[in-house]
Amino acid sequence: MGIDPFILDVVIYVLMGISVLSMVRVFAGPTPEDRLVGLNLVVAQVLGILVIIAVKFDRSIYLDVALVYAILGFIGILAIARYLGNDGGGE
Amino acid sequence: MILVVYIFFGMGIFFGILGNVGVLKFPDIYTRLQASSKCAVTSLISILLACMFLKGLSPMTGKILVITVFFLVSSPVASHIIARGAWERGTTPWRRRKSQ
Repeated sequence: MGIDPFILDVVIYVLMGISVLSMVRVFAGPTPEDRLVGLNLVVAQVLGILVIIAVKFDRSIYLDVALVYAILGFIGILAIARYLGNDGGGE
Repeated sequence: MILVVYIFFGMGIFFGILGNVGVLKFPDIYTRLQASSKCAVTSLISILLACMFLKGLSPMTGKILVITVFFLVSSPVASHIIARGAWERGTTPWRRRKSQ
């Protein structure tokens, strides 16, 4: 099951450039929810970078890092949305 | 099998670029959220499926499957939380201005 490692490098570099473009929305968003949208995209793309690094170097420990990063990204977005004044829904 | 890996990596890059263009160009929080949530999920699931096909049947595939299922559950929930917070703070949706 061999693949050219150059392809994995290309995917990693493209994901890095894309996440920098998402950080533009995080810095320039007019409302706080726009910044959260950009942050959600950055979490997804960094997760992809971690999984590809784990597959490329054949290190299984990076997958644990990726799983913890996914959980912490979700908890972080939930906490920031709660902090911004959304009191859990319902009147 | 290698062809499937190439196709899924290409789909991941394609949908990732489309989602970022949508987030940068759309005019409103709700439209940006629509571009962001769908394209982030599709891009990341494609990349993780490519990694699973690349590793074959091994313990790493199980871990990647766990990450896939967790992200497939948590990302729409996060998008829904952001949209509901914006709606309850009184953000009105964007409408096309009438050309008089």
